[in-house]
Amino acid sequence: MTAGLWQTWVLPGIWITVQLLVYSAALAAVVAFGVGMARTHCSRLVRVLATVYTEVFRGTSALILMFWLFFVVPPLLGWQLVPMWAAVLALGLSYGAYGAEIVRGALNAVAPAQREAGVALSFTPWQRMRLVVLPQAVPEMLPPFCNLLVELLKGTALVSLLGVGDVSFAAYLVRLATQESAQIYSVILVVYFLIAFVITRSMKALERRTKANLGVVAK
Amino acid sequence: MNWDWSAVVDFLPRLLDGLLVTLQVLVLGSLISFSLGLVWAAGFRASSRLVRWPVQAVTEFVRTTPLLVQLFFLFFVLPEWGVQFSAFTTGTIAIGLHYSTYTAQVYRAGIDAVPAGQWEAATALSLPAHRTWFAVILPQALRRVVPALGNYVIAMLKDTPLLAAISVLELLQQSRLESAATFQYTEPLTVVGVAFILIACPASLLVRTLERRLAR
Repeated sequence: MTAGLWQTWVLPGIWITVQLLVYSAALAAVVAFGVGMARTHCSRLVRVLATVYTEVFRGTSALILMFWLFFVVPPLLGWQLVPMWAAVLALGLSYGAYGAEIVRGALNAVAPAQREAGVALSFTPWQRMRLVVLPQAVPEMLPPFCNLLVELLKGTALVSLLGVGDVSFAAYLVRLATQESAQIYSVILVVYFLIAFVITRSMKALERRTKANLGVVAK
Repeated sequence: MNWDWSAVVDFLPRLLDGLLVTLQVLVLGSLISFSLGLVWAAGFRASSRLVRWPVQAVTEFVRTTPLLVQLFFLFFVLPEWGVQFSAFTTGTIAIGLHYSTYTAQVYRAGIDAVPAGQWEAATALSLPAHRTWFAVILPQALRRVVPALGNYVIAMLKDTPLLAAISVLELLQQSRLESAATFQYTEPLTVVGVAFILIACPASLLVRTLERRLAR
């Protein structure tokens, strides 16, 4: 494999993969917290809607959702999504549904007395969530979020099937150019492994920080 | 917005063919992942570091890299090494191998959850190693891990469309072929998407019921 192949395809591919990861993680985080908190809402209607959302998006396959957003939505609605944004939308919406389950579990795991104390201090529901419940729930969410982020990284490889030039797509092009598969695909697998390694390490550090803020010693 | 029911009806035969292939991949892939996962889990507990560390490294590597890239790796590289498999076989092996690294963690947790007294009792009865595993530890461990394994079967179902990338004729590939033949893009893909939700939602409810029942 020559340096030219690295510069024209593989390195930009890695950059696209990282961008995809960041954008879809941001969207997934918004969806996860929004839907997760809605699932602990006091109104029944809000809870039911949030449950339907998580069940539907957890039930469908991210790849099919991606194809659907890219091929079916444009003729139905008359506007076209750039492949990159169709991918971010599909990944963010479906992984957000998984994240919502994590958020809900962590919120429910906070001791009820904490919530009651918030009521006794006559906090508004939003103050209760922001000042009492979330600071205790977030450290609990971080280990499962770390796993989900690695899953999301693996999910970004799907975009290569839509023709987005991420690192998997680069591997395909290099394979066509060099007529050799073993080398480039091994390299690409190692690239993914290294990105995942960076994610797990930084999430561990973040977990230690948030736990230290609470005065709990992390393991 | 134009929805054509006759396109749905025309797609039905292909849908059934695809569903059959998807389910075949799912069943065979599950069998591979269940048995290979047990091998990895035994490797985690091996007394020699020479076994433990490579097993941990390999499973960690397979678990944190995308299934799609692994699929391409097996599909393109195995023939270079002189191993010729059909796309179906390659896909099933890839999905089974990928998920075996998850089931290995499930088994490990299940085995760790067996109380230490059970191990000590087996030692006290001077049971041989295979009796300790098959008569004492595994029956207790496997019972706990059934719901978690069920969740991974559902996850595997949702990853079977990836096999379309190496031209296995499963649900997604069938819908793409139908679209290519009839220029109807909306209906086949939507029907396949709905089919996945219709299979996955009851299945996850079933797993949750199982979880509740075993927890009691």
